[in-house]
Amino acid sequence: MESTSHITVQNLNVYYGDNHALKDITINIPDKQITAIIGPSGCGKTTLLRAFNRLIDTVDGVRITGKVLVDGEDIFDPRADVTMVRKKMGLLSQRPYPLPMSIFDNVAYGPKIHGIRKKKVLEEIVEHHLKMASLWEEVRDRLHEPASRLSIGQQQRLCLARGLAVEPEFILADEPTSALDPKSSLYIENRFRELRSQFSIILVTHILRQARRLADYIVFLYLGELIEHGPVNEIFENPREERTREYIRGVIS
Amino acid sequence: MRSRKIEEAIFRGIMIAATLVVLSCSILILATILIKGLPAMNLDMITKTPKGGYYLGKSGGILNAIVGSILLTGGATLVSIFLSLPVALYANVYADKSSKLIAFTRVSLDVLWGVPSIVYGAFGFTIMLFLGLKASLLGGIIAVALLIFPIMSRGMDEVMRMVPKELLNSSYALGATRFETALKVVVRQALPGILSAVLIAFGRGIGDAASVIFTAGFSDRINFSLFEPAATLPLAIFFQLGTPFPEVQERAYASALILTIIVFLISIGSRILIRRYSKHVIK
Ligand SMILES: Nc1ncnc2c1ncn2[C@@H]1O[C@H](COP(=O)(O)OP(=O)(O)OP(=O)(O)O)[C@@H](O)[C@H]1O
Ligand SMILES: [Mg+2]
Repeated sequence: MESTSHITVQNLNVYYGDNHALKDITINIPDKQITAIIGPSGCGKTTLLRAFNRLIDTVDGVRITGKVLVDGEDIFDPRADVTMVRKKMGLLSQRPYPLPMSIFDNVAYGPKIHGIRKKKVLEEIVEHHLKMASLWEEVRDRLHEPASRLSIGQQQRLCLARGLAVEPEFILADEPTSALDPKSSLYIENRFRELRSQFSIILVTHILRQARRLADYIVFLYLGELIEHGPVNEIFENPREERTREYIRGVIS
Repeated sequence: MRSRKIEEAIFRGIMIAATLVVLSCSILILATILIKGLPAMNLDMITKTPKGGYYLGKSGGILNAIVGSILLTGGATLVSIFLSLPVALYANVYADKSSKLIAFTRVSLDVLWGVPSIVYGAFGFTIMLFLGLKASLLGGIIAVALLIFPIMSRGMDEVMRMVPKELLNSSYALGATRFETALKVVVRQALPGILSAVLIAFGRGIGDAASVIFTAGFSDRINFSLFEPAATLPLAIFFQLGTPFPEVQERAYASALILTIIVFLISIGSRILIRRYSKHVIK
């Protein structure tokens, strides 16, 4: 199958023990756009997102069939190098989890494990990516303080900078604003708008308004099935499926 | 409503009583050591080796035992760290949560924790015979390392279990291997607890007489060689208390006082370390 997108999912099934969490998902994720995965709680949004960077591997008793092609290579192929797959994906989780080290070391962590040693280069990387996450001005004088002292909103931007510092192709974000106050949420949303020209962003969100104002493309999951996907206007203005319409109108949630 | 208040009062009472029992025991022990040991305490005790074999003399000091105990327990603690860290990291970073092997290991370590130290002494002795060693510093290190390994590894294991899974995931998501994640994230996050585990194990090791009685042997001199017998503080106390002379018994209490002070100093030192390293911990 020829595809123009970087991520192509083919007949993906995920089972947690007996729980069939994702059912035969096939989809192309468009390149250099913001794709929002929406759907009711427990429908498999996080599961799908974690399949993209194989974090799903770390769950005990998980079973996966089907393919996820990233840049044409099946990431679940036993020969695939999982660390290289993950390096291509910056992850932003629901709650920020800074690493137990200084602000500087948090951003430098990724580049360091991927082989960058020179202090000067690391300093440049840290500054550049903190600026990209618009955190630089707030932390430039306290780079060597523990990351745990930052506010939650700042921590989330630090996690963004940390993810960007490994120079990924994709940004995976799992409800990245749900633990944040409105102002910090807006910050993150604005960063995403700026970053969409350089990265393919996949965003899981519960907030339909957020999906509508931010996303270019919508993926709607329901009980582990892919119900509908398409450009944002199509899905919101003119959904083909009854269940999509009901979800968008708030009948099912 | 009333009965809940009474419940609360009873429970408070029990907690306060328990705290008082523990506190007064500690104070009584410390007071005994101080009162009985202080008269025999002098600079010679910590700067000289004993006169008259087996500490029977009434002059000289126990420098040989101080040095011996620190070398022996320090060595055993190091050996135990190199065994415990991999075990705890394996259990918490590499193994499946449902792993039978890990569950079995945890239970075994808990059981080993309760095995009397004389058994470790005997076991260490068997190993020494097998290796063709005589009673020596190395023999003592092996026995004490065996004794404190369950304590240290279970202590480390418990703190590593508290490390949030999401924290590991954020490291994996950046393309880190399990090994990098274990060393750079898990160890750093759990460092205060790891240091506590090391400290508790050290304290247990330095005070134990039964595990070293066959394995470390005895020497009147200060010994730095791994293959020569080494004196230890618990045995110095044991020998001195066992003599019929009150003056020598007093010296046993002074030795106990010195042992207590060493543990105290190390405890303070590690508390400073723990404070320094806990500032990075993610809550
Ligand atoms: N680690 C796990 N072990 C077992 N089952 C799991 C695990 N994680 C998720 N599941 C199950 O898989 C299904 C999909 O879960 P998932 O977390 O992907 O949903 P979600 O759409 O992200 O939900 P939410 O919006 O509440 O975050 C659910 O039925 C959930 O119970
Ligand atoms: Mg989720």
